[in-house]
Amino acid sequence: MSRDTALVSAEWAEKNIDAPGVVFVEVDEDTSAYDTGHIAGAVKLDWKTDLQDPVRRDFVNKTQFEALLSERGIANDDLVVLYGGNNNWFAAYAYWYFKLYGHREVKLLDGGRKKWELDARPLVTDKVERPRTRYVAQEPDTSIRAFRDDVVAAIGTRNLVDVRSPDEYAGRLLAPAHLPQEQAQRAGHVPTAISVPWSRAANEDGTFKSDDELRKIYADAGLDDSRETIAYCRIGERSSHTWFVLQELLGHRNVKNYDGSWTEYGSLVGVPVALGDEPGEA
Amino acid sequence: MTAPTAAGCAAPDQAAPLPASLDLEKETVITGVVRSDAGETVPGAYVRLLDSTGEFTAEVVTSPAGQFRFFAAPGSWTLRALSRHGNGDTAVTAARGINEVSVTVAA
Repeated sequence: MSRDTALVSAEWAEKNIDAPGVVFVEVDEDTSAYDTGHIAGAVKLDWKTDLQDPVRRDFVNKTQFEALLSERGIANDDLVVLYGGNNNWFAAYAYWYFKLYGHREVKLLDGGRKKWELDARPLVTDKVERPRTRYVAQEPDTSIRAFRDDVVAAIGTRNLVDVRSPDEYAGRLLAPAHLPQEQAQRAGHVPTAISVPWSRAANEDGTFKSDDELRKIYADAGLDDSRETIAYCRIGERSSHTWFVLQELLGHRNVKNYDGSWTEYGSLVGVPVALGDEPGEA
Repeated sequence: MTAPTAAGCAAPDQAAPLPASLDLEKETVITGVVRSDAGETVPGAYVRLLDSTGEFTAEVVTSPAGQFRFFAAPGSWTLRALSRHGNGDTAVTAARGINEVSVTVAA
């Protein structure tokens, strides 16, 4: 995988808004942004109500994913271009998901909604209706998904990358600073995890840094690219952004996203937790 | 019914009142307004909270009245705003409770 296969620029997107076989999909946690203006023809996916199981803590299964994409009018042979707010966090999460269920052609819009808005490119409020499809998903590819036991087993043996902010990593904050801090789980990080905040991979307009810059960031942080890597954050969407960088832009193999992330790990009984700015011991 | 799982990470409505459950004895709230150099409030600006080393911590989009809000910790922070009217920075030393700051953007 590389930048050419995984990303499109805002210029490309604007030229291909009406291209046949291209479906733009806005993914947000709060879809009110979509309702106030979206890329022409884009359908929306709500991270919480569309992509998460309504009862269990898990994401939608294969059957639910097929029903969702069929209802939104996305076909197996469509090129899906994902974008969203929050520097594409939820769009990257959805990208990971489309890959997990074996969608053939999916790309991320570089810079997402922020770059599009700062460029003053057009947004519309028209209602988007696409004819229903019969989407068929593949069995989930769990080679890109880590579960809690994988994370515990990776301590001291594989690359663990904590992509939260330095204060969350050290245990000084429990959530990103735009959210209230009351939480049930313990603060800190998985011992031996290195700290590489997701934001280091992005420019301030939300676009990804160049491949050379990205390679240097992870090399300087001590990521051994000959080993398997698990990325995590708080709920798995910021780490999807880093998963995307490592596997889809830089072409690393064996990168998993731990979607349970700190809200699961920090609530587990009996697992080791490290505090402070250093990775800590296995 | 919404799932009883982890609340998401997306930025909440910046114009909403502070939740009643919020404990201002514990929380460090950094809040304010983004203005243009002509003094007009700037809605839809992207405001980034950078820590004392310049590392990104959080980002929100300003409300229709140009407001933003962060839940941080006591210490030194930088607010950086990006908008179609230009960008701007403001340094803030925050204490527990509510810290009011404004950020001016200019091309």
